[in-house]
Order: sequence, then structure tokens, then C-alpha cells
Amino acid sequence: MSTHTVSVLVEDRPGVLARIAGLFSRRGFNIDSLAVGPTEDPGRSRMTIVVDCAEMPLEQVTKQLNKLVHVLKIVELEPARAVERELVLVKVKADPAVRYQIVELAEMFRAKIVDVAPEALTIEATGSPDKVAAMLELLDPYGIRELVRTGRVALARGAKGIADKPLRVARPA
Amino acid sequence: MKITGAQALIRSLEQCEVEVVFGLPGGAILPAYDPLRESSVRHILVRHEQGAGHAAEGYAWATGRVGVCMATSGPGATNLVTALCDAYMDSVPLVAITGQVPSWAIGSDAFQECDTTGITMPVTKHNELVLDPDRIPGAVAEAFHIAATGRPGPVLVDVPKDVLQATTEWSWPQSLDLPGYRPVTRPNGKRVREAAALLRAAQRPVLYVGGGVAKSGAHQALRELAEAAGAPVTTTLMARGCFPDSHPLALGMPGMHGNYAAVAALQEADLVVALGARFDDRVTGKLATFAPKAKIIHADIDPAEIGKNRVADVPIVGDIRLVLEELVAAHRAAVAADGPGDTAAWRRATTQWKQRFPYRYEQLDGGPLKPQHVVERVSALTGGEAIVVAGVGQHQMYASQHFRFDRPRSWINSGGLGTMGFAVPAAMGAKVGRPDELVVAIDGDGCFQMTAQELATCTTERIPIKVFVLNNGHLGMVRQWQELFYDERYSEVHLGFEVPDYVKLAEAYGALGLRCERAEDVDATLEKALATSDQAVVVDFRVDAHEGVFPMVPAGRSNDEIILGPEFSPEEQAAATRREVRAG
Repeated sequence: MSTHTVSVLVEDRPGVLARIAGLFSRRGFNIDSLAVGPTEDPGRSRMTIVVDCAEMPLEQVTKQLNKLVHVLKIVELEPARAVERELVLVKVKADPAVRYQIVELAEMFRAKIVDVAPEALTIEATGSPDKVAAMLELLDPYGIRELVRTGRVALARGAKGIADKPLRVARPA
Repeated sequence: MKITGAQALIRSLEQCEVEVVFGLPGGAILPAYDPLRESSVRHILVRHEQGAGHAAEGYAWATGRVGVCMATSGPGATNLVTALCDAYMDSVPLVAITGQVPSWAIGSDAFQECDTTGITMPVTKHNELVLDPDRIPGAVAEAFHIAATGRPGPVLVDVPKDVLQATTEWSWPQSLDLPGYRPVTRPNGKRVREAAALLRAAQRPVLYVGGGVAKSGAHQALRELAEAAGAPVTTTLMARGCFPDSHPLALGMPGMHGNYAAVAALQEADLVVALGARFDDRVTGKLATFAPKAKIIHADIDPAEIGKNRVADVPIVGDIRLVLEELVAAHRAAVAADGPGDTAAWRRATTQWKQRFPYRYEQLDGGPLKPQHVVERVSALTGGEAIVVAGVGQHQMYASQHFRFDRPRSWINSGGLGTMGFAVPAAMGAKVGRPDELVVAIDGDGCFQMTAQELATCTTERIPIKVFVLNNGHLGMVRQWQELFYDERYSEVHLGFEVPDYVKLAEAYGALGLRCERAEDVDATLEKALATSDQAVVVDFRVDAHEGVFPMVPAGRSNDEIILGPEFSPEEQAAATRREVRAG
């Protein structure tokens, strides 16, 4: 088993998220994270799905995804050839005695303090999965009150886009 | 021109050249039933929406066209779910139209509201909730296109009542906006040549023919390839009739209750050419031991089927008819270049198996009537000139085993989902689609009672089907499993022969009811049934409850462990197990 990052370009239609999420659960796959939002084209959304599975089942799930009428394109992004980012908001216990240590730590990760309370700081951090994991590990001893993450988003490196090939139009019977 | 959404819906069905819709009206779909009165589309009023779904399936199986069913919201739609799932599993082209509560009421738990598109999402190829009357023609056009092309399947269009009542400007789409739907039909030439080379060189090839061959109308090309390559052919439960049973290369059905020769040939093959088949567990038995010596050529229109259960050495994505036509040509070229292959010894072996280990049963004079005997007589007296429809269970296996299928589109059943109650409504749909054909449902007593209400539809709509109930008073297949795997501890499988009285039930529905209890009366009863063409016929064949379906590969076991059954001696079983081939 290993994690795979799959980028899915879909038509922005009602229920498309339910179709995709449903297909994963129906075929027995666990989604680690799923991020979805609009793209450069107003009619299209893009999902970044991180799934934990072996190579062969992954091929099966991408083939099944491809059969969904509103799915336009699927690519698996290899970490070495892609930029992968995640945004995390984390609320850390921070009384005055340790507050500066936490601020310093955040700066080392180029994270921002976005909210300050007498006994807590909220940090906004963006980065690769490794960087986010490293920062959270260092923050853990201070006491993480709560945490929210967007899930991974990713783009392939280089000039090409996911939908560079023209998409065909079917003719009615 | 301004028309209502309902008028647009019916006009769209006309545009798609729909000749018949099976349905049952209700509150939310009511507006659509008004313009239907003036439409060229024939509506057949069923007695239960599940019947509408299966009838549409039977129509599609028999004609190759898209079957259409229609129901109201809520329970109307949920009653269609079994048929939709059945069509999804068996790749049957179907369009279902459902009414929905008014769009402003959606999500409020309104009367007869259910999330139809949500419920049917996992059992349809596609579905759509139409929220704009202008969208109706496009949604219907797309539904028919998606249902019929690529790997066929069911598509549902859900239309709220207010959308049906609203006015719209009629406009039929000139093109379909389906950028994400582009099935591959033309196979890759290189793959086809690789496959042809393997087939030419193979010494023990088997063509493993599935439902895709029936759906693409590839039977002619299949026959050409089989004869050119000298390759024996097995036709799965979904493909009976695609290759004539009377052909010397025909091995019959593979799988759990398949012909020994077909099962053994796949286990011994050095090359399996899977054509529109999906390596279903009922065919492969324990997957890891299926066709262990064989390279696999796997051709299917659905890329997701290739490599799903068994890795293919040569994958070919494409329409099976095109694949077969190109394979025939490529095989010819391979033979021209490298000389013909030699499968003579292999053909001798498989033919020997076929003759030594056939389906066997014994109809004793004066003994209990055997279900196999009934099917065999149906086959003989119709000369095979019938469309045979079955539900699920022992009767289905007897029908597949003992009817001689020589024509494509002459066999209809519920394969993947295994839906009890499929036969009566599916036979009704088949008869509507091909009124000049004799349509025979071979049904079980358990199955029959699940959907027998459609006999009323058959009578009122003048659809004269034959229903031959192999009444063994039990849920026979379940009983057989309890006999074999639960130490004969029979639990909740006894239905009784007498209730209902099938003859009286038939008569109550306006059908001719007959009963037959002895083997010597079978022919006379069948002749009477076959001579009746002005009404539906139900025959209550009282058959031996102790009869089992054999051969049998127990679920989850290897095909190597095939059990020939009680009609074979231990010596014969041993010879079959070691796949003996006699010299000479």
C-alpha cells in the first residue's frame, strides 16, 4: 500500500462530488483527502484525491472513475514531477512563557500567525505534505487545541495542463 | 413553438423512435401521461413498476434497442431500482423516466418524495435530475445515447412535476454535450495482430464468449474466427445462442453449473480468448486456479473490465464485433505468413469430453417428472425456434443447459444480479419487441410468484406469452445448497406445490392454465400450450423436488473440483477429474 495523488477534472454539475465519493466507497477504497474547487474554466472543477492503495487497484478505480459521464480527465501525479501543497490552520496552546518559541517556530516554516488569544495562537501554514507534517510534529508538544486542513492540492510541473487535448463532442443518434 | 415540459418529454421519446414504454402513472409523473394519449408511443400499463423495468429489459434483450420504462416519484421510482440494478449488472440498454415532487418541494420530505438520483446513482450508468424544462430534450437525447453506446446500461431521467408543467420552447439538440463520454469502439491494430499471432500459434485455444458478443451482434464474425482457428467455443450464461449449440466446436456453458467439456477446456487451455466477458466468479470458480495454463487475450468495450479480475496478456479495448472482424482478418494474415495452426488433437479431446460427460439425468417411466425433461421437450417441440426467458435458480440452469440454442437473441435471463421474478415481465417485454416470435418463460415456482401480476398486463394488452413453471414446491437452488452444504438441514425453502393453485391463478388473470404431472403427458400439454396463441398460457409442471443441478463447482472452489453429479459413476468422476483423454 502507498498513497497516490490523483487529479480529476470534472464538469461542474450537481452531484458530481457524490458520484465520485460514492464510487470510491462502493469499490472499497479509502480516500485520505479530497480537495475540490473551480478551475480556470467556469464549467469545470478539479479534484485532488489522495488515496491509499496498491498499484493495481488504483488502476481499477481510475478506470471506473473514467466511466463517469461527468469526469473529463484523470491523471495520477507523481510526487517527483508535481507540486503538492496543503493549507493547515492549527490552534496551539501558547501562554506568554512559550509564545515566542511558537512564533519563531512558525517563522521557520514560513507560516503566519493569523489569530492571537491570551492562551492560544492560530497558525496558518502552507506547504508540501512533508513540511506540514514536520511543523505539526514540532508544535505537538505545546498542545494542539484543534486543527483543520484543506487536503492536498497538486499540479504537474512543466508547461502542460491536464486538459491539453481537445475533448470530443458526441453526435445524437 | 411553446409546449409544456411534459409534451417536450413525450416528443423527445418520439424523436428517439421509442415504440413502447412500460409504465405506471402516479402523482408526480401525471403531467407526462396526458400528452401520451396523443402520442405514437405505445404505453403498456403494468401492475407493478418492477414489472415495467424487467419488461423494458426483456424488450432490450430481444431487440437490441433501448427499453423504456416510466414511473412516478417515491415508491414508483424505488420499485424500479431492482430492474435498474439488474440492467446495470447485465449491461442492458434502458432508459427510465421518473416523476419527482415539484422542484420547490425537493428536500422537504414531501409526499412520495425520495432522492431518486441519489438512490439509483450506484445502479445506473448515468442519471440526471432535470430542473429546467428547456433541458428535457437534451437530457432525453443524452440518456438514449449513453444507454445504447459503449458498454450499454440503464440511464435514469428524473423530472419534477413543476418542470413537466412549465412551458418551454421546443428544440431538439443537434449535438450532444458529453465531453466526458467517449467510448472507444475501434480496437488497436497492433493488439489485434498480437492476439492473432497468439491464436494462430495456440495448440489448445478456447474462445470464452460473453454477453458483449450478443450485444454487439458479433455472432457471424465469432463463427468465422472459431472455424478459421479451429478453436472450441464456450458461451457464458449471458451469451447462450451467440454460437450454435449444434456446432461441432460448441462446448456449451462454462462455470458453476456449466458443461464439463467447457469447464475442463478452460482449465487445460493454453490460450483463452475472452470476448465481451468479465471473468465473473460464477465462471472462474476460485480465481487463482482458473485457466492456470492459459495466456489471456481479453477484448471488451469497457476498459475497466480488462485486468479487473485476471491480468490480460493481450488487452484489447473495442466493440466486440469490430474486434472480431479485425481479428478474423489478422488471423488470416498470420496464417498466410506463418502457416496454419494445429488444434486437431485439442478438438478431439474436447469433443470426447463433450460426449463422455454431457448433462445427464434420468427420466424413469412412471417416475417423478424431471425438470430437465420438460426443458428438453420444449426445445424439441419448438425446434429451438423460440425466445427463452428465465429467472434465477435451478430452472434457469436447466433452461440454459437443456434448451438447444442455435440463434442469437433467443435467450434472456437475469445473469449478474440474479433477480428472482425476472422471467414473466421480461418475457412480456420480449414478446412486445418481437411479436412474431414464440416467447417462452421457463420459470420456477418461487420466481413466478414474485411478479406473476404481470399476467394481468399480458391479458389486457394481448401479449400471449407462455409461462412454463417448473414447480418443485421449493426455492430449489437454495434447497440444493442446504442439501449439499448444510447437511440436508432444510430451512425455509419449502413453498408447497399446491399454493397457489397455478391453474386457477392463470385463469383468474385471463390466461389459459394447464397442469402436467407425468412425463408421458408433457408432449400433449406442451402441444396444447403451443397451439394457444390468443392468450397467455401458464403450465404448472409438477417436477421432482429432489432433482439437483449438475455438474457443480461449489462456490469459492476451484473449477478443478467440478462434481459431475449422482448420474455418473465414481470411475467416470475420476476420469473427469484427471481430464482423461482416450487414445484413438
